[in-house]
Amino acid sequence: MCDTCGCNITPGNKHLVEAGGKLAHSADGKAAVDVLHGLLSENDRQAAHNRDHLDKHGVLAVNLMSSPGAGKTALLEATIAALKDELRIAVIEGDLETENDAERIRAHGVPAIQITTGSACHLDAHMVHDALHHLDLSQIDLLFIENVGNLVCPASFDLGHHRNVVLLSTTEGDDKPAKYPVMFRAADLLLLTKSDLLAVLDDFVPARAEQHLRRLANAAPVLQLSARKGAGLQDWLDWLRAEIAARREARQKFRAAPKLSGVLK
Amino acid sequence: MHELSVCQALLAQVENVARDNNAQRVDRVILRIGPLAGIESRLLQDAFPIACAGTVAAGAELVIEELPLVVRCKNCGAETAAAPNRLICGVCGDWHTQLVSGDELLLASVELTKS
Ligand SMILES: Nc1nc2c(ncn2[C@@H]2O[C@H](COP(=O)(O)OP(=O)(O)OP(=O)(O)O)[C@@H](O)[C@H]2O)c(=O)[nH]1
Ligand SMILES: [Mg+2]
Ligand SMILES: [Zn+2]
Ligand SMILES: [Zn+2]
Repeated sequence: MCDTCGCNITPGNKHLVEAGGKLAHSADGKAAVDVLHGLLSENDRQAAHNRDHLDKHGVLAVNLMSSPGAGKTALLEATIAALKDELRIAVIEGDLETENDAERIRAHGVPAIQITTGSACHLDAHMVHDALHHLDLSQIDLLFIENVGNLVCPASFDLGHHRNVVLLSTTEGDDKPAKYPVMFRAADLLLLTKSDLLAVLDDFVPARAEQHLRRLANAAPVLQLSARKGAGLQDWLDWLRAEIAARREARQKFRAAPKLSGVLK
Repeated sequence: MHELSVCQALLAQVENVARDNNAQRVDRVILRIGPLAGIESRLLQDAFPIACAGTVAAGAELVIEELPLVVRCKNCGAETAAAPNRLICGVCGDWHTQLVSGDELLLASVELTKS
């Protein structure tokens, strides 16, 4: 993607995107102005700014997306309980209607910022920016953003996070990736949640969910877990640890070469 | 229903173009959208007049041009057409493909009447 205007133009699609007629300036004062600008470029610009904030402090930001009730908050509670003594965690909560999820997180002794403004169907980079300014990023290793429960809208908005984790609960059916390709294509990790219910939901086949994901040309790992029973949690925690380690390593390299900082930004 | 948010972002850009060109009125707005942009064209069409009411773009026509979905195979190199939930190679069937076109969400051009 073109960083400056979000226009998504690459050498591959240039000829397609730029095709089409330029309307000639006609005599009666009408004019056609070519723009070719990404519609969400303002959001993308803000997201890049958010990422700068996060990177400056070496914070890994993970965006959790799923349909309503797939188990995002339950996963966060289990994750915090397991990692609280190992990592400094904070949460931005996108439950726009109630404080319930934020209160569940705070009960675990972790800061949770509730986003209360905006439309009820997705978070955008400006909302996350406001929330970031309520957090002391120098005291955080891992920031979770619990997006609004919705498999459509959140996928279109970059928040400035580093990784997308999409949850698919076993009660939803294993063909969700085929029905919501935009969302599942964006996943860096797919979590099949509520795996404790697999025994009774015999029509949910994890391998089929993975197959649907591959058809979206997505090579992301697929993990099964149960936040309730704790099964499969270790693989998820290890994924988080590996992501944090990779981020720290990149940051050290960045610091070791301060003269390049102007180039690397 | 994030189409209204997208529409507001669109309107902000259209208003900038109108201002930069001393436009009296915006007649047409042309978008190019890929099937994987995550936007329902119909919902955008519904939201557009609402977002534009009372602005320089009030009454403007919204034209949405659909861009094709094309993937390039990392295995055999072929470029083939694809469907949003089947981004596999049309020649060898491999799923290791890269999107060439199909996720764009672009304001292509604005037609306006100058004052
Ligand atoms: N059986 C079972 N139930 C679970 C599990 N995880 C969550 N649940 C239940 O699923 C329901 C929704 O869980 P939440 O964690 O609130 O889901 P959410 O995705 O945060 O929901 P929203 O924020 O409303 O979109 C609750 O009743 C949970 O107890 C699990 O691993 N197993
Ligand atoms: Mg929740
Ligand atoms: Zn929406
Ligand atoms: Zn191929």
